Amino acid sequence: MQSEVPAATEQQNPGGAPTLVSPLFDGRESDAAVLKHLANRIRITAMSMTNHAHLGHTGGDLSASDVLSVLYGGVLQLDPDHPAWPQRDRFILSKGHCAAALYTALAMRGFFPTASLHTFMDPLSMLNGHPDRNKLPGVEANTGPLGHGLPIAVGCAIAARMRGESWRTFVLTGDGELQEGSNWEAAMSAQQYKLDNLIVIVDRNRIQQGDFTENTIRMEPLGDKWRAFGFAVAEIDGHDTEKLLHVLRSAPLEPGKPTCIIANTIKGKGVSFAENQPAWHHGVPTTEQLRIAAEELEAEPVW
Amino acid sequence: MVNSTAVAESLAPPAPQFSLGPRADCRDAFSQTLMELAGTDQRVCAVVNDSVSSTKLKGFLGKYPERFVNVGIAEQNMVGVGTGLANGGMVPFVCGASCFLTARAMEQVKVDLGYSRSNVKLCGMSSGMAYGQLGPTHHSIEDIAWTRVIPNMTVIVPADSAETEAAMRYAYQHEGPIFLRISRIPVPSILPKGHVFEPGKAVRLREGRDVTLMANGVLVSRAMEAAATLAAMGIEARVLNMSSIKPFDEEAVLAAARETRGIVTAEEGLRAGGLGGIVAEILATKARNAPPLSILGLPDVFAPTGTAEFLLEHFGLTAQGIVGAALELVGSKPPAE
Repeated sequence: MQSEVPAATEQQNPGGAPTLVSPLFDGRESDAAVLKHLANRIRITAMSMTNHAHLGHTGGDLSASDVLSVLYGGVLQLDPDHPAWPQRDRFILSKGHCAAALYTALAMRGFFPTASLHTFMDPLSMLNGHPDRNKLPGVEANTGPLGHGLPIAVGCAIAARMRGESWRTFVLTGDGELQEGSNWEAAMSAQQYKLDNLIVIVDRNRIQQGDFTENTIRMEPLGDKWRAFGFAVAEIDGHDTEKLLHVLRSAPLEPGKPTCIIANTIKGKGVSFAENQPAWHHGVPTTEQLRIAAEELEAEPVW
Repeated sequence: MVNSTAVAESLAPPAPQFSLGPRADCRDAFSQTLMELAGTDQRVCAVVNDSVSSTKLKGFLGKYPERFVNVGIAEQNMVGVGTGLANGGMVPFVCGASCFLTARAMEQVKVDLGYSRSNVKLCGMSSGMAYGQLGPTHHSIEDIAWTRVIPNMTVIVPADSAETEAAMRYAYQHEGPIFLRISRIPVPSILPKGHVFEPGKAVRLREGRDVTLMANGVLVSRAMEAAATLAAMGIEARVLNMSSIKPFDEEAVLAAARETRGIVTAEEGLRAGGLGGIVAEILATKARNAPPLSILGLPDVFAPTGTAEFLLEHFGLTAQGIVGAALELVGSKPPAE
């Protein structure tokens, strides 16, 4: 199934004949400005998808887009022609509700045609509201219920250890998601097994479904929590693609310790009317809002 | 294998094909088989929740420490770690007391295993009421009902040591999530060493045309004893070991419905949603002129305090209880035609 997916996206050129184009992401991009622009293309594509579906989690898609752009554009060692390549890096989107941004990044990397993004949440589409690894190449884990990704990532990292392989495992969690206790069970085991091949990235946008995290269940001091659980911690601007690229490429922060990157982000980042608004957790843009967002982001959808 | 056609056509009651041997704790067969699998395949690994002794995996830990993960008392993480190990190409056996493994990690079992079709082998140890006096917190009378309703799951309840080994070997070669329910109550041996587990196949342990006794796990030997008692009363019971809960042998139920005058099911767990529930679903939806069905198991209650043996008796999960249910269904032997 997975090997039937073309490596490059197919686009219809003006002459009508399909042309194979190179994927927008190749995992080797070192120019932070390019990655920033591609992050904005993830943003406007994800917004177009939630607009299409009249459903989705736009705010979190926008906060996570820079991290996804840096990972898929400049960090992850993957082979879209062979999605199950055993030595690939693992990336697990634990905040599975931000599937639109993940799907866009996977399509930009060439796991499936960007045109498929038009089917987001359509009946019988492979692009479910939350990712399904059995439907879509490149998806490592079925997520959606929160607190599942980190335990799975710990297992991936231990597997690399057992097999004597050097792949790294990255997991992106939400911040409100860390209210699920399973994350801390997993954090304790990551410390015990000294998993320095595991990199946890927290999308610290400070907003969960109903309210700001600190009004719901206080998360601070979040960095100290991770340090107390045995992680080496970096707290950085989660929209600074240069810093993200450096820290994600060079992880682990300390040998013998799992890494936690707290990516301080803004929910709804880059779109004036969505920024830092709890209502945009599941807000869906109108077509007019989509036009404004494209102007502000200075980016075109990839589909 | 039993030659069922020949047996069915013979008027004389057939000789029992299987007999009860010495008692053994199925966990020994479980840990021994896991060691053997690990010896032949480096992908085989074990994940436990501080349950090194209760899973009898000290030997595994001693021999393959690099393939042994103890996540501590953390069942959600345990199943998630198993999922990640499978993603990384390992073949993880995730082992813990069934009560905690299933109940505490149920969402991981549903999403990480069933929905994701992860190649993880869940070994629910000391299931049913094996923990006796420790009480309903430690009993796992719900695990069959919970696991069998999850799409993509395979569910097996072995009857003895030989079948535990066979189920472990099947779990290893089967690609996909599976739940094995492994008791700590010593049970008589029934099946021969080297028995091969066949998914979706009832194991016919005794042929009879009056009543069918279906059981699994620790109840199978009791059903065999019940059949011997019934035979002495002139009633010939067919005894089926229904170890394969999912997939399930529907044809065995339909054949029992056609060929015998009543069906008794017996299991160490809740009546609702378990073996008896499955048989009831099949009889109600697929059988013509279904015979009466008696389901032995726990009613909608938590067990009182008592040893496992006491509790099995308390709920009528004994040979005598099965005999009583069979007699109620089919009465005495009908006159010969």
